[in-house]
Amino acid sequence: MVDHLTKRFGGRTAFEDVSFTVTSGEVFGFLGPNGAGKTTTVRTLGTLVAPTSGSAVVAGIPLTADNGTEIRQRISIMPENPGLYVRLTVVENLELFAGLYGLRNHGPRIDQALEAVNLTARARDACGSLSKGLRQRVGLARALLNDPAVMFLDEPTSGLDPVAAREVHDLINGLRQRGVTVFLTTHRLEEAERLCHRVAILNTTLRSVGRTDELRQSLFRRSLVVETVAPLDAPDGVFSRTAAVESWRSDGTATYMLTVADPRTAAPAVTRALVAAGADVLSISEPHHSLEDVYLKLIDEDPEAPPA
Amino acid sequence: MRMNTGHIGAVVRKEVRDYRRSRSVVGTMTVLPLIFLVEPTLVILRLSPSTSAGAVQKSVGSVFLLLLIAPAIIPAVIATYSVVGEREQGTLEPLLTTPLRREELLLGKAVAAIVPAIGIAYLLFAFIEVIARIFARNAAIAPALWAGPHVLAEILFAPLIAGWSIWVCIGISARSSDVRVAQQLGTLASLPPLAVVALISFDVFTPSVTLAVVFALVLLTADVALWRIVSAMFDRERLITGAKALRP
Repeated sequence: MVDHLTKRFGGRTAFEDVSFTVTSGEVFGFLGPNGAGKTTTVRTLGTLVAPTSGSAVVAGIPLTADNGTEIRQRISIMPENPGLYVRLTVVENLELFAGLYGLRNHGPRIDQALEAVNLTARARDACGSLSKGLRQRVGLARALLNDPAVMFLDEPTSGLDPVAAREVHDLINGLRQRGVTVFLTTHRLEEAERLCHRVAILNTTLRSVGRTDELRQSLFRRSLVVETVAPLDAPDGVFSRTAAVESWRSDGTATYMLTVADPRTAAPAVTRALVAAGADVLSISEPHHSLEDVYLKLIDEDPEAPPA
Repeated sequence: MRMNTGHIGAVVRKEVRDYRRSRSVVGTMTVLPLIFLVEPTLVILRLSPSTSAGAVQKSVGSVFLLLLIAPAIIPAVIATYSVVGEREQGTLEPLLTTPLRREELLLGKAVAAIVPAIGIAYLLFAFIEVIARIFARNAAIAPALWAGPHVLAEILFAPLIAGWSIWVCIGISARSSDVRVAQQLGTLASLPPLAVVALISFDVFTPSVTLAVVFALVLLTADVALWRIVSAMFDRERLITGAKALRP
């Protein structure tokens, strides 16, 4: 739980008055443009950086300077750069972190973590010899070692090719199925849409939090797109007389965008009105608004957003 | 504050593994001791059988000074790299996300640097003694080197001078943003204790067991104080973000 959290570096505000709650077992997406404060938020919740004001509870422990060690014992953070010791092997990197998490008899835990990220065959390879995608996987294995209550993944697919990114997505989906709470920062919207139960959009201040379908509904008025074979002779006569239609506008030569209260009841009424007017209907559909549309709308509405 | 020896051990193991595979570290650790062997060997071999007892004693002083420079210089390379190097290669942040305390991290790094430094210092001393016994033309030099106060000084001062050097260098490393600058500053900053050793070696202070013990106690206190000071200087937030932590 994060409550009115703010972090300033001197006169520069990294993020301000941020509040949200992440429930156990949830994959929570944290979206925002570069410089929005996503990484600083992760660092603050991970006790690497002290908040300027506000409060938070991380993995059930209040975020205070005295609780730093206890919080870090119960969470794991995978930074954007996995930060591996390139002269050490994969196993040696994991052994270090197993020791730092105080894991006794850590051999089986390391084996499990490597198996989870499908890296058992490369366990004895030096990390310096691994591709970027494989290094990300080692970073994920490291984050799995202590069986964390909350896992923070900061841009886990940044700089990866589509195949490697997909592998990381599969791993995160695996975590989701295992009920691990994941806090995922990203600016890849399709990634958030595919993986996250809920998302928050940050641009120094929190712009919105919710499920992606909820965000779409709250941001975009319900509408129908009507396509006819030929332009209507008197479209206003058709649409204005239909009670379910609140307003309409032409969106091309034979395409009309209708604002409606409820698409499920409006669509049949509109169809009847069009048929009665002698129009040849090509399609009537609800427009799909992607998370990208939501994101861009929120960022566009943000007075602090830099010009595109 | 309770120290977790498991954490310290994990850091030490990692450091030793990392150094062993670093050509530059292994090269430095090999070449520097050889350099420190050259001058003492020449000093011993130059002494003729007729050299006076006073001159022999002075030679012993200079040999000791050179031998005690080694534990000051050798670990400086590793210690100055310890924090700023991790920061440059991006490994510091993951390390700091674990339950590892800063005192444990720094102590682990110091232990990993001091053990080879002490080992090399003692080996150098043993090697010089062997050279003195086998090759020296002056028969007085070998017993003079092996005298009680000298052996005690070597045993006490090698780790304590190395400790001073390591803590000063780790402190510089924790405050630097560039490895090369840290290494240049670190080499210079590790030298002050050697000034005192020089004064003893050249009989400005008369060497005695009491003086050696007092100086050792002063160095031990300084080493512990430096560990605390350097730990306090280790600002997690500044190291990660480059900005000093401002508490609300």
